Amino acid sequence: MVEKTIQDAVCTFCGCCCDNLEVKIKDEKIVSVRNSCAISMSKFLNYDRERLSTPMERKNGGFEEIKFEDAIEKTASILANAKYPILYGWSLTSCEAIEIGVELAELVGGVIDNTTTTCHGPSIIGVHDIGESSCTLGEVRHRADLVVYWGCNPVHAHPLHMSRYSVQSKGRFRKGRKDRKLVVVDVRKTDTAKQADHFIQVAPNQDYELLSALRTAVKMGEIEQDSIAGVPVETVEEIAELMINCEFGIIFYGLGLTMSAGKSRNIDAALSLVRELNNKTKFLIMPMRGHFNVTGANQVTAWQTGYPFAVDFSKGYPRYNPGDTSAVDILARGECDAALVVASDPVSNFPIAASRHLSRVPLVTIDPHVTPTTLASDIVIPSSFVGIERPGTVYRMDGVVLLTRKLVEPPKGVKSDEDILSAILRRTTELKGVA
Amino acid sequence: MGQGRSKEIGKLSDEYAKNVGICEFDPEDLKSLQISSGQNVRVTTNHGTVVVKAALSTQAPHRGLIFMPYGPWTSMICDPETHQTGMPSLKGIEAEVTAAPEERILTLRELVAYISGGK
Repeated sequence: MVEKTIQDAVCTFCGCCCDNLEVKIKDEKIVSVRNSCAISMSKFLNYDRERLSTPMERKNGGFEEIKFEDAIEKTASILANAKYPILYGWSLTSCEAIEIGVELAELVGGVIDNTTTTCHGPSIIGVHDIGESSCTLGEVRHRADLVVYWGCNPVHAHPLHMSRYSVQSKGRFRKGRKDRKLVVVDVRKTDTAKQADHFIQVAPNQDYELLSALRTAVKMGEIEQDSIAGVPVETVEEIAELMINCEFGIIFYGLGLTMSAGKSRNIDAALSLVRELNNKTKFLIMPMRGHFNVTGANQVTAWQTGYPFAVDFSKGYPRYNPGDTSAVDILARGECDAALVVASDPVSNFPIAASRHLSRVPLVTIDPHVTPTTLASDIVIPSSFVGIERPGTVYRMDGVVLLTRKLVEPPKGVKSDEDILSAILRRTTELKGVA
Repeated sequence: MGQGRSKEIGKLSDEYAKNVGICEFDPEDLKSLQISSGQNVRVTTNHGTVVVKAALSTQAPHRGLIFMPYGPWTSMICDPETHQTGMPSLKGIEAEVTAAPEERILTLRELVAYISGGK
């Protein structure tokens, strides 16, 4: 029996990318994980369930196994013959694989979009509008004396965020929870809210109003109403006071702002509030990026094309216009004629008006698991896990770059996203007759 | 948390359906609607309709607000309108809830067959 323990492995679940996991391996199987949260533990111990092992093609209403070379040939042919293909996903793979994806999208004159489009896309649009004062999570850990979680529930979705990086963390200048104040703004009294010094229950779809009122209060303006978004004006003024008087404050915000009414305008309001606060004290803001390497997907796409998501190559050069060149819009309008999905499950997560079109065009999916998207695909190519079976570069939610490790061998014959995409790119280049 | 953990066990697992094919209610709302936790309910919006299991919210109070985890059941009733942002409207959607004791929750494979038109 071969036993080994790998120290400081990087977690592959959320945007915290915790890099202090201790993974115990027996005979090429992960048997225990230390320093992880419950979700991370579930991932490392169960990643091998519902696994795809061989490439498959849809035939006669079911799936039939095909050779890897045939899967590449058919995929290349679908992409080369499509007029407006969409290449979607990318958040659960490495920057190296995403780089190849961008090249492939340019070659076939398609659209490359990543899962940002249904998480923090509006945050990025907000940053285009207003700009952002941000920092690394390390700075928050060492210096923040006021932490605001707005429209996010880290206790459930980023379970170690509070203890590693924010209110409960032991930093150089703030020793722990007693040195920091926690404010939570949410439509529900979440488990995160239950730990707050101040919980503000905002009325659904009225975050914009509350953010604007806070900004007014920070500017010492008068609010001529008794309550805003279900919150008494006295509370708004009290929170504004708390924000002005902190030494180092930060707002972490989640999908409660990006998915509800206002979307990118909510982010404009949050960024503007933080800008205003910086006239009085030090204040920062950061989105709670969810999916593992989704930040990396933005980074790679931005450094290669100039734009962070929803990049359209149909005119031969990159164009970016969310709402027009973004995945859900293209699909809901029924515009694309083929799709390649990598490391993502849009059939589960897109509104049915979009997933209906996606599942009815020729669809190729590269994924380690059986998912609703693989079940709706025409070609399925199994891949290995970045950060478990294959090393790869990823970005943490604050833009810090981490190199994930290979912990165990992938199943026999299962290739990496990088290798699969390289093979598709090579063959598509030949079919397109590009030298 | 249950959503995250069960997703990692596998999307076709019973755990995933149990944790994601649900609708969480404020306890008071559940009482006034005379629906009990664990009972099937039909949730309908302008964009679709789906049967899921009613659950008692642990993140209450939130009167008049239901919470459904992000996933294939919820996607059946979400608004594809992105308001020129790329982001569909996934929160703050008006919905009608009725008890559906006679109706069945579709399995993930059935949902996929429905979405893809039995491709």
